[in-house]
Amino acid sequence: MTMHKILVFKRFERLWHWSQMALVFTLLFTGFAVHGTHSLISFGDAVTVHTWAAIVLLVIWAFAIFWLFTTGQWRHYLPTTEHFITVARFYAFGIFKGEHHPYRKTYRRKHNPLQALTYLMVKIAIFPAIWISGIAYLLISFGQGELFEWIGIESIALIHTIAALAILLFVIAHVYLLTTGHSFIDHVKPMITGYDDVELSDEELAYLKADEPGVIKEGD
Amino acid sequence: MINHYPPASRRRMYRFNYISLSFSILILTLGWATTTLASSDPKIEMGISEYTKTDERHAIIKPKKESTATTDHTKLKELQGPFFSGPEVTKACLECHNTAGHQFMKNKHWTWDYKHPKTGQHLGKSVLINNFCTNARGNEGMCAQCHAGYNMDSPDFDFTNQENMDCLVCHESTGTYYKTPTSKGNKACSVMFEGKPAIDWAAVAKSVEMPTRNNCGKCHFYGGGGDNVKHGDLSSVLFDPPKEVDVHMSEAGEGFTCVTCHVGEGHEWAGSRYEMLVNDETGTGKPGMPRETASCESCHSASPHPITSVQGIKLNSHTQTVACETCHIPAIARGGVATEVDWDWRTMGKLKDGEGFKLKEYTQGDGHHRATYKSIKGTFTYAEDLEPMYAWFDGTMNYTTIATKFDPSKGPIDINSFSGSHDDPGSRIYPFKRMHTTQPYDKGNNTLPYMHLWGNDDSALWGNYDFGKAIEAGMKKNGIPYSGEWGFIETYSYWPINHMVAPKDEALSCSSCHSHDGRLDHLEGFYMPGRGKNEILDLIGLLAVLGTLGGVLGHGALRMIATRRRKV
Repeated sequence: MTMHKILVFKRFERLWHWSQMALVFTLLFTGFAVHGTHSLISFGDAVTVHTWAAIVLLVIWAFAIFWLFTTGQWRHYLPTTEHFITVARFYAFGIFKGEHHPYRKTYRRKHNPLQALTYLMVKIAIFPAIWISGIAYLLISFGQGELFEWIGIESIALIHTIAALAILLFVIAHVYLLTTGHSFIDHVKPMITGYDDVELSDEELAYLKADEPGVIKEGD
Repeated sequence: MINHYPPASRRRMYRFNYISLSFSILILTLGWATTTLASSDPKIEMGISEYTKTDERHAIIKPKKESTATTDHTKLKELQGPFFSGPEVTKACLECHNTAGHQFMKNKHWTWDYKHPKTGQHLGKSVLINNFCTNARGNEGMCAQCHAGYNMDSPDFDFTNQENMDCLVCHESTGTYYKTPTSKGNKACSVMFEGKPAIDWAAVAKSVEMPTRNNCGKCHFYGGGGDNVKHGDLSSVLFDPPKEVDVHMSEAGEGFTCVTCHVGEGHEWAGSRYEMLVNDETGTGKPGMPRETASCESCHSASPHPITSVQGIKLNSHTQTVACETCHIPAIARGGVATEVDWDWRTMGKLKDGEGFKLKEYTQGDGHHRATYKSIKGTFTYAEDLEPMYAWFDGTMNYTTIATKFDPSKGPIDINSFSGSHDDPGSRIYPFKRMHTTQPYDKGNNTLPYMHLWGNDDSALWGNYDFGKAIEAGMKKNGIPYSGEWGFIETYSYWPINHMVAPKDEALSCSSCHSHDGRLDHLEGFYMPGRGKNEILDLIGLLAVLGTLGGVLGHGALRMIATRRRKV
């Protein structure tokens, strides 16, 4: 097992991540304006921006889901118990004692088990809650209200707002956790350049060198 | 926004000026009549001069467009006269238009009578009590100036005599036609109609055409006893409004007359405040189809906003819950003519040297002074550019009639009330003008009374200034039991707002309602974003965000402390 700089975040993934970030911030800002939390933007503009940003994000998600399943990348998000306790213990105690993060990225698992489980929950619970309720809300706006009469716009809005709150909490924790490594920059950089230190087995190294030479950073 | 009439302070000030001024000039001129001095004050006007303005303002004549009619009435030999009275002209009209009389006999402008198809209530001007001058019944001598007939001076008018129909009031186009009270009022009042030029009957008869806004406006713009007093959205401004006030009626806009929207056939036309259509889902008809409604949707459809933007699409879905008028008529009484919002009958009857007077202490946008006090009516409060009251409305009005008993301890009585709710798909959020009045009621029977206002006798309110006598006489002549005891009660009436549609860029913005303390903040029981109404959710959300922030900050702080300790 040796450490190598590997392209862990492909170009599409990085584009997805950062456009999603920008859109999520836009949606949080305009969404809470529509909710009535602040009035830094007029209600009408907030509705317009929120709607368009949501539509763009839905398209990106459609591509992302397609990408995850066709490339097999979805396996990174499978829940696992391996190292779970170790990582949890690190955040609860070890981090205060100056211990190093116990998790090493591998070619098959680029996220630590806590991270993977969190992302999985975001993907299968929070995001569906926000887009299903959001699409329902949009359809009501487009005059298809009778489809959702059984639940009503008030419940739909409630689900949408609760999901939005969950995303906000995720964003806070997500940004904070970027500070828990060597440095904030160290954690952000892989999502910009795509490359991060990954532990490779000899077989993986041989395979990548032979079949996907672009994945290993040159000079490594 | 509401210009509250300052009764105590300003009236006291006025009295002081009046007395001191009178006193000094009295000495100088050795006994000039104080009434002479009083009338030199522009704010005070002796006597009673109701309805003088209506004739001046409705005479605005605009250059006529070439008529598309196939008959030039000026050339008809039947209309060359001479005529000596209105009924003679009507007779000439009916000779050719021989079904018009039959048609008009069913019209509210003639019958003053309406049987509500849903509530079954017997309504109409002939029976209703309002919270302005209160009742036309029994006061036809004065009020029937706005009856589309001749010589209605009591409820016993002959409604079957077609020759008593007044064709001219709606169809003449010279602007010189006028009507005077049909019976002699008290001498205090009757003077105001003296000195008018005689009507040239042949000239007005030859001028007939489709009704213009002058014809409709001279009654409807002056409802309640003066310019825009009653409705708030129907004022003399509409004779020639700028586009900002009314996009439809402005010459710079569409140049509509009243009957462009209030269409009809056979002397029946669209539009009713007793049974309104608030959810016209039919919208525009097929080409050539007659429109039978006067709603916005009749022309604009229920999806009038361009679907090229998110807001346009979103606004189109609003038409299922919000009336067009709610956003597109941002304020009541626009264009410089004020409307009355409060009428206090309690102060009625103050006199100067035994004579009635008016105090004109409100100057409205167009510079005219409006009476804040009239001896015959009491104290008035005006408002301009007033934010409407908004409520769910299903179109059906219920009235407190002469027969309705109420509980005076339950606060202000609704002269008309309405229902409607978010859960009723036929209801819309609608704008209203709310009129507040303090008026007399029958204290023993807990009903509103008929008052005898007009008459040349010693019980007519206007001239004798005695509520007790006026109520007793008003009830007696209509055969309604009266307890003999009267008091004052507060009332509200609600006037749906439909006119004076502003240009689209002056319509309300989303945040006029979708905000904290917005215009619809008081409407409960349904979800509306932007109001910040879900306080529990907001509290949970705030706690969750603060909790998470606290969690990560605490975690971060512990890390920093731990790092420092290790370094030490």
